[in-house]
Amino acid sequence: MSIFLFKRLITLIATLAGASVLVFLVLEILPGNAAQILMGPDASPEAVQALAAKLGLDRPPLQRYQDWVVGMLTGDLGLSYTYSTPVSELVLERLSLTVPLALMAMVLTSVIALAAGIYAAARHNKLGDVGVMALSQIGIAIPNFWFAILLILLFSVHLKWFSAGGFPGWEEGIFGGVKALLLPAVSLAVVQSAILARITRSAVLEVMREDFVRTARAKGVSRPGTLWGHVLRNAMIPVITIMGLQFAELLAGTIVVESVFYLPGLGRLIFQAISNRDLIVVRNCVMLLAAMVVIVNFFVDLLYAAIDPRVKASDI
Amino acid sequence: MSAVPVAVPPLVHGPRFWRRALSHRSFAVGSVLSLLLVLAALLSFVWTPHSPYEIDMGLKLLAPDAKYWFGTDAYGRDVASLLLVGARSSIVVGVVAVGIGLIVGTAFGLVAAAKRGWVEEIIMRLADFGFAFPAILSAIMLTAVFGPGMVNAIIAIGIYNIPTFARITRASANVVWSREFVLAARACGKNVFSITMEHVLPNIMSVLIVQATIRFAIAILAEAALSYLGLGTQPPQPSWGRMLSEAQTLMFQAPLLAVFPGVAIALAVLGLNLLGDGLRDLFDPRLARKR
Repeated sequence: MSIFLFKRLITLIATLAGASVLVFLVLEILPGNAAQILMGPDASPEAVQALAAKLGLDRPPLQRYQDWVVGMLTGDLGLSYTYSTPVSELVLERLSLTVPLALMAMVLTSVIALAAGIYAAARHNKLGDVGVMALSQIGIAIPNFWFAILLILLFSVHLKWFSAGGFPGWEEGIFGGVKALLLPAVSLAVVQSAILARITRSAVLEVMREDFVRTARAKGVSRPGTLWGHVLRNAMIPVITIMGLQFAELLAGTIVVESVFYLPGLGRLIFQAISNRDLIVVRNCVMLLAAMVVIVNFFVDLLYAAIDPRVKASDI
Repeated sequence: MSAVPVAVPPLVHGPRFWRRALSHRSFAVGSVLSLLLVLAALLSFVWTPHSPYEIDMGLKLLAPDAKYWFGTDAYGRDVASLLLVGARSSIVVGVVAVGIGLIVGTAFGLVAAAKRGWVEEIIMRLADFGFAFPAILSAIMLTAVFGPGMVNAIIAIGIYNIPTFARITRASANVVWSREFVLAARACGKNVFSITMEHVLPNIMSVLIVQATIRFAIAILAEAALSYLGLGTQPPQPSWGRMLSEAQTLMFQAPLLAVFPGVAIALAVLGLNLLGDGLRDLFDPRLARKR
């Protein structure tokens, strides 16, 4: 296990380092003088130079990159140009919405997709299977932000069960917070689970054709017993792969859906920062989102090895 | 990290193939919907029911009727005309973004399969790295630096497509490289480049066509999301995503405005996905039997 873990850790660190170089190049070096961007084209050269010196932009790029990386590792992300507050405070405040939203959406996705996929596989080529597959085909085609708008139309405009957007804050109580995040999470989950349900169904069907399943049935294990005891564990490998990849899509979806529901999460922070030309906030948020995707996929890799020891063996 | 195809079926163009194609439900429905998308975009160049750019506040938020089939928007523009012209943005972004992914990604994948060793390792690690940046993250970075626009959206979605095509090409090409006819070509003294172009590429074309169709659908979804966020197609060029963002502010007065563009996106994506599924079954009937 240690060699496997070591190799994965090296890959993780290399990927994070590569991502940080890319983000730094695109958002710090490519735009040229960030002080000029911030002050606009009409600012006097003296004023631009003064702001550049204040923000530390007059130092060599390599030094700035090094400071940024060390800052990220120690939790010091610098000051936001427009808010004049530490970026880490801004990000942490917004994460308290984005992370619960992404987790709620992921849990809902897993529940809906696994239930629908296993049901469809158990009813292979029957009406239930055809129905689930047709629904999933439609689900894949629907943009999540449009589905979110339709949910608002139904539950907020017509039924008036939920507010059309906004977030009361966790300090107002967990129930209010969860209620405000429910429609956004459902809009993310329904679309994602359409993809995952199809993968689950194919994976379960594939494993059901294996010899060891026939052997289990032949020695008298019941159909549900075979399904839960033998099929699902083996079918989980492709399902978990796709779940890991979906996490990136889910985070991207979170950014969009936050805009639909006017939720003050990381996505809204990024868009405000873009319109305020606050590149230091954009840079840190993009890096954080990329890091979350990479780290989740790292854990997915470890999970494979736990589920299927052959993965580990082939990698050593 | 992602599932990759191992079977590399050849392209088949015989009359039997087309007979099978026409009787394949997914392929038939997908073809019709995709054709409608292309026709809508082409038709909009020569005819629209009304001008999609002309603002007339006297006609704002009209309900659907015989003259304005899908009603009018907040600026009095005809929604049906906006939808027809909006199809162009989707197609342009889809074709160019998939083209970027297809050309660059396939080239990397072919080089990885042909060279193997450390070249393959580096290319595949770079492809893994690409997965850390979904299209929206790339678009956010490009927009923060260069400002919003269709070109930046295309580049962002194109970059996002490259790792997928690179991985699929490399996996499929590796299968072809292990075949006897490639060994025979090598024995005849052909170099790596001519084997790649004459034997490997034609044999993985079907896999690439299927993938391009599916990525086209994903590109349409991504373009719509970016335009909805204001990062993609800019006014006055109509786009389905931006129509939805404008409609959202009028949900209490004109809820239908938030329905039509969404239906257009969903039908376009559904059509391309069904077409992709159909092509995959037709190119490799073994896969169809397995499902």
